[in-house]
Amino acid sequence: MSETRGSSGGLMGWVDERFPATKMWNEHVGQYYAPKNFNFWYYFGSLALVVLVIQILSGIWLTMNYQPSADRAFESVEYIMRDVDWGWLIRYIHTTGASAFFVVVYLHMARALLYGSYQKPRELLWVFGVLIYVSLMAEAFFGYMLPWGQMSFWGAQVIISLFGAIPVIGDQLALWIRGDYVISEITLNRFFALHVIGLPLVIIGLVVAHILALHEVGSNNPDGIEIKKNKDANGNPKDGIPFHPYYTVKDTFGLIVFLIFFSIVVFYVPEFFGLFIEAPNFEPANPQVTPDHIAPVWYFTPHYAMLRAIPDSFGGVVVMGAAVAILFFLPWLDRGRVRSIRYRGLGFKVAVILFFISFVVLGYLGLQPATGLYTILARIFTAIYFGFFVFLWVYTYFGLEKTKPVPERVTMP
Amino acid sequence: MNQDGADKSRRRFLTAATGVVGGVGAAFLAVPFLSYWNPSARAQAAGAPVEVDISQLEPGQLINVKWRGNPVWVFKRTDENVSDLEKLDGLLRDPDSDQPQQPEYAQNKHRSIKPEIMVMVGLCTHLGCSPLFRPDERPAGIEREWLGGFFCPCHGSYFDLAGRVYSGVPAPLNLEVPPYHFIDDNTVLIGEDEGDV
Repeated sequence: MSETRGSSGGLMGWVDERFPATKMWNEHVGQYYAPKNFNFWYYFGSLALVVLVIQILSGIWLTMNYQPSADRAFESVEYIMRDVDWGWLIRYIHTTGASAFFVVVYLHMARALLYGSYQKPRELLWVFGVLIYVSLMAEAFFGYMLPWGQMSFWGAQVIISLFGAIPVIGDQLALWIRGDYVISEITLNRFFALHVIGLPLVIIGLVVAHILALHEVGSNNPDGIEIKKNKDANGNPKDGIPFHPYYTVKDTFGLIVFLIFFSIVVFYVPEFFGLFIEAPNFEPANPQVTPDHIAPVWYFTPHYAMLRAIPDSFGGVVVMGAAVAILFFLPWLDRGRVRSIRYRGLGFKVAVILFFISFVVLGYLGLQPATGLYTILARIFTAIYFGFFVFLWVYTYFGLEKTKPVPERVTMP
Repeated sequence: MNQDGADKSRRRFLTAATGVVGGVGAAFLAVPFLSYWNPSARAQAAGAPVEVDISQLEPGQLINVKWRGNPVWVFKRTDENVSDLEKLDGLLRDPDSDQPQQPEYAQNKHRSIKPEIMVMVGLCTHLGCSPLFRPDERPAGIEREWLGGFFCPCHGSYFDLAGRVYSGVPAPLNLEVPPYHFIDDNTVLIGEDEGDV
């Protein structure tokens, strides 16, 4: 355990003189001190990384047999499912992985809200995170088109029409995105390119930036206090423990539990009751026939509900875009000095719970037809969703929040 | 870096000049990369106008043709359909077709060149689903009087038999009328105004 470069001798010494292997290991794992009071919510960062690896690996394998052409895309997916050895498993791992990615990322983001992990000095860390989320949405959207089923086609039709709703440049922009007057093989090919190489590169780059930013400022914790303020004689935080072996072991436990759930879905309910793979996608794309009911995959339904709640195409697009864009401004909307929900005012606790409820209810409404009562509910919960951010700013900017005293050292259960 | 005797203004000028020239070069290079996404020559050729023979079209009948991969409806209205169009004005969002959803020659009560022949792109102006043809049967969920029209199953918008949108539905605009003209009494050319080459 030496920090001096190349002093360890042997093979590692030889490598360390030429490449900072030991130095990087120590900086990011071996001697990265994380707060000792991490709880359940802290599993989802490392799990997101694992799911990314699962998606890249299974994705490369699927590419080996997939054909991105309008005539053969649907057929080649069926071929993978039926004729390729274990093809069904690789595909179900990939489809389940897509949904698992969003489950894990939504929980990871919820954790940041609960414990104020976006507050100063972690604003950039949060911004990188939201950029990953946006890239992930694009990646999922492009990927959903590739099987070229009815929902692939009509889902893409709806989403690309969103760009067409932009005044003046909309039609030209939609034409440019499609590369054709309608969604066609040309569109399929470019989405394939973006799905398998373009966005994965962007996502990997952003994940690296996210982790570097995290290790620069240090991890937040359920008490929301800075462990770097209390250091021992060696300069290590008193409330910190090295990531390895403490959190590598803890995260391995989390991973095993996660993989149990993941396997149950892959082997027993891969379509997950029509939520992970929707029924119309078992029919090949038909540009002449619209399915009776178009709903996106579950992870987009909150945004879809907001889109439909507004009785104007462009207005709906603006509101939907704003629902994502407003996340970027969260670190500057929240003027509170106390991070963790444990010590924040009652107003914050109520608001954040209402915010989570509104997101889940909108997710449900996005799956339902847009009729009478559902539309009214979608409007109410859209207002609550945005109301959270307005409230948070007013509440903290005008000093209305009555916080509890924050402890000096982290508390252990 | 050794700064002794350096001509800093010269150095600044050279750095800026390199940056500007490089930036202009990058801007030029962006053109092919962005234009690469435009419809190719083949895609444009596939989007050429379509000729439709309407000699066999009966009153009340709708045929669905494909133009640029989109469904285009050619519908022959009955005399009753044509006179019904007058009755609906109060229920419609844009009864006089003020919004530019049709060529000038179709900006009239019946939104077509000939009152009885309707030519229309069969895609909902909300989010591009294809509405269903409901000439008599009232679609489920609509309380109003129904004189025939089109109903979009995706988000519940509906239109009359001239493609005019009812008020209070998600679709903001009337259905689009494509450019078209009559080559002779029995042939429509969809995708081109009269006089276009």
